[in-house]
Amino acid sequence: MGTEAAGELGATVRELREAYEGGRTRSVAWRQAQLRGLLRLLREEEAAAFQALHRDLGKHYAEAYRDEVGVLIKSTNGALQQLGKWMAPERVWVPLIAWPATAQVVPEPLGVVLVFSCWNVPLGLSLEPLIGAIAAGNAVALKPSELSPCTAKFLADNIGKYMDASAVKVVQGGPEVGEQLMEHRWDKVLFTGSPRIARAVMAAASRHLTPVALELGGKCPCIFDGDAMASARDVQVSVNRIIAGKWSSCAGQACIAIDYVLVEERFAPVLIKVLKSTLKRFFPEADHMARIVNERHFKRLSRLLKDKDVAPSVLHGGAMDANNLYIEPTILLNPPLDSAIMTEEIFGPLLPIITVKKIEDSIAFVKAMPKPLAVYAFTRDAALRRRIVDETSSGSVTFNDAVVQYAIDGLPFGGVGQSGFGQYHGKYSFDMFSHKKAVMKRGYLVELSLRYPPWDESKVTLMRYLYRFNYFAFVLSFLGLRR
Amino acid sequence: MEAVAAAAEAREQLRASFASGRTRPAAWRAAQLRGLLRMAAEMEAEICAALRADLAKPRTESYVHEISLVTSSCKFALKNLKKWMKPNKVPAGMLTFPSAARVSAEPLGVVLVISAWNYPFLLAVDPVIGAIAAGNAVVLKPSEVAPATSALLADLLPRYVDGSCVRVVEGGIPETTALLEQKWDKIFYTGNGKVGRIVMSFAAKHLTPVVLELGGKCPVVVDCNVDLHVAAKRIASGKWGCNSGQACISPDYIITTKCFAPKLLDALKRVLDKFYGKEPLRSPDLSRIVNSNHFNRLQALMDEETVADKVVFGGESDEQQLKIAPTLLLDVPLDSTIMKEEIFGPLLPIITVDKIHESFGVINSMSKPLAAYLFSNDSMLKQQFEMNVSAGGMIFNDTAIHLTNPHLPFGGVGESGMGAYHGTFSFDAFAHKKAIVDRSFLGEATARYPPYTPAKLKILKGVLKGNPVAMVQAIAGFPGGA
Repeated sequence: MGTEAAGELGATVRELREAYEGGRTRSVAWRQAQLRGLLRLLREEEAAAFQALHRDLGKHYAEAYRDEVGVLIKSTNGALQQLGKWMAPERVWVPLIAWPATAQVVPEPLGVVLVFSCWNVPLGLSLEPLIGAIAAGNAVALKPSELSPCTAKFLADNIGKYMDASAVKVVQGGPEVGEQLMEHRWDKVLFTGSPRIARAVMAAASRHLTPVALELGGKCPCIFDGDAMASARDVQVSVNRIIAGKWSSCAGQACIAIDYVLVEERFAPVLIKVLKSTLKRFFPEADHMARIVNERHFKRLSRLLKDKDVAPSVLHGGAMDANNLYIEPTILLNPPLDSAIMTEEIFGPLLPIITVKKIEDSIAFVKAMPKPLAVYAFTRDAALRRRIVDETSSGSVTFNDAVVQYAIDGLPFGGVGQSGFGQYHGKYSFDMFSHKKAVMKRGYLVELSLRYPPWDESKVTLMRYLYRFNYFAFVLSFLGLRR
Repeated sequence: MEAVAAAAEAREQLRASFASGRTRPAAWRAAQLRGLLRMAAEMEAEICAALRADLAKPRTESYVHEISLVTSSCKFALKNLKKWMKPNKVPAGMLTFPSAARVSAEPLGVVLVISAWNYPFLLAVDPVIGAIAAGNAVVLKPSEVAPATSALLADLLPRYVDGSCVRVVEGGIPETTALLEQKWDKIFYTGNGKVGRIVMSFAAKHLTPVVLELGGKCPVVVDCNVDLHVAAKRIASGKWGCNSGQACISPDYIITTKCFAPKLLDALKRVLDKFYGKEPLRSPDLSRIVNSNHFNRLQALMDEETVADKVVFGGESDEQQLKIAPTLLLDVPLDSTIMKEEIFGPLLPIITVDKIHESFGVINSMSKPLAAYLFSNDSMLKQQFEMNVSAGGMIFNDTAIHLTNPHLPFGGVGESGMGAYHGTFSFDAFAHKKAIVDRSFLGEATARYPPYTPAKLKILKGVLKGNPVAMVQAIAGFPGGA
């Protein structure tokens, strides 16, 4: 990277730090103003946002609203409503031995934070963290992905217009810019993306002891329990939701999209039949599903499909249009478990269906894979549900639907193990970008001299009682009425 | 390499134990915690002896600062275990109606705890308490700089807790590096920033989350309107009464006004005389410096050219015993080494300013410490201190004691670390809070699904905005058909 560009970046970071040190991001008024500015941005620039998302990903505006713009409006309103509560110190209990004293946990901003977002939900993954970082009183640098350039430009053009341009900045560019940014010291970094880059980000952060949060992905399994369906309607509803959780989520390019399905052998035919017919109804034309983000990912996905051991398992779809970067919804049945499509995160519109003898076997199958961001299961069987919760580990578990957990802002959103660490959404976003400072206030009135040297056995005895909260014995001993 | 093989073996064994599900039931966790309680009670004499060998720690400090804190930590965990393990219901909101949502804590798996030498019993066992309460298998790597305590822990833990799930691995740099190269589900490190960076960079390779409990220069600001005698006692207690200043939350240096400094100095001298007598090097109530490396380091801090003539009290040392007397220094230059590095010893510099508010600038010019202290009765000053000084924790009119409150998170910020523990925070540090959503098959909102139409979008918008009419429409399956 040229020294001129590096210098510019340095100036950007300095400006953010000066804005924060100046103190204005701390006030409630500033935070509210930014959040209101964001709301105005989302409302007034909705058409431009839809256009950017359509250009970058072929996202239909309904999907764009449902998954990005609409959720962001809801989150921003939620933050505005809850801000006072989130910022308030929390009083905590103080043991009697410390009387008189008060103790509180006081949230404070971390300072200047960096948010790396991803290309697949480019608006949502940039602005949802921004809401939290601002609500928490930080100055923020936002680095959108260069793989969704129209959205990156949309953000660069509008954030400064609607928000405090010297305390909230958008930095555009590719991997070199990301690397340069990580040369600087941040007070927190949130990274959404792939494990490979996450390792580099965390390693760079360790040089400055910068705490990080990593939102990664994984192969999110969907267990379809054909036995525990009450009716054909249940099956239809499940299939609707599976389709929504796969192809309606940016054509499967979502960290919480269903990656693959597990089903008992005997129910596979019914599932496949209903999937096929519903797909026809939901996607009469190509433009109701997003396209593949770029040529590199298109090639990656076609390699997954064209693998000679995998190609025979394609049951439905498989047609690819390289010019329009479009791959039609594709279903595979039992591709080899060691093929790339079953070992890598698919992140595309290909759905492998893996059959098992008994549905309970799917639990061991899921456990053998790295922990994903989400586990899904369609079943009315409470015992199976309990086993799934207890025996598998993932960021989240959703029963009888997919992806919707994203919109419940009372729930923490984040991974575990290979799917990452750190959680946000709702109050968790505020917490992610805050330091919870422990504050204890004491008076001078009561002095327990037994705290101080010179030590002797009687002092220790008194302390034993106190530390066991045996105040009665303490008082007696103190008064010399007990040995 | 032997160390590598040992590390891999420990991890593999614990992984198998964890996978077997042994550590999950509340009964197992409670049994381990009770084992630790028994250990602290039955082995009090041995623990005090090890601490005396490692640090010449007075028995009172060993009991009050280490053993009793481990005991209360175990009891707190035992008392709250069921509550912590119970899922928390969360309102699911209208968007996904009808549905139920909850957050459930699950163990991360197999975790690594690396502890420090200054409170070698407490800082080893306290994190392990949290790890066990959260249902994990644990490897503990005690500090080799406190060898007697390390050996004692290696001997005692297998006798009091389930050795198939809780292992102690002793050793120095090669053994620690070998452990760090393995993949853990969390790493909890207590120590200094230099090694903290190394731990985090190892963790990055495996995307392992970390808690780093580091240190810093904990400032004490002393205002002139305080009860001087009590303040001096509390400062002295937090400094020399905590392992002779070798504690991450010990007052590192004092800032006070030029006019108040002489009074403060006098008060401190009187208190020190009372606590440790005329010959502090002979007082059994003073810990020694942990080893000759640190002794020489501290000696060098005192002997530095611009600092040596600022010693106004104490300064004596005994290399044989590795003891340094409580030492006060007045107005050392801010660029001297003693003011640039964490002291971690019995030297207490007093910096003077013209107006007490200038102390904020001094503090904020340094990196964020683990704790900051203010002695004052001026509520305006206190408010400003709370607002403008960032630290892991803060106490007004006392020092160090916040770590005994299990309801307060104990951890740093910036250079003083990341993450927190104690009480519920210990459990949280070692648990994954899993979000769980139970949706019903009812409430099919066809507006969600393609093919998308303007009518569907209108309903979606209404639902996302919380418009009840739109919600009813959505749930009733408008705009009709699938």
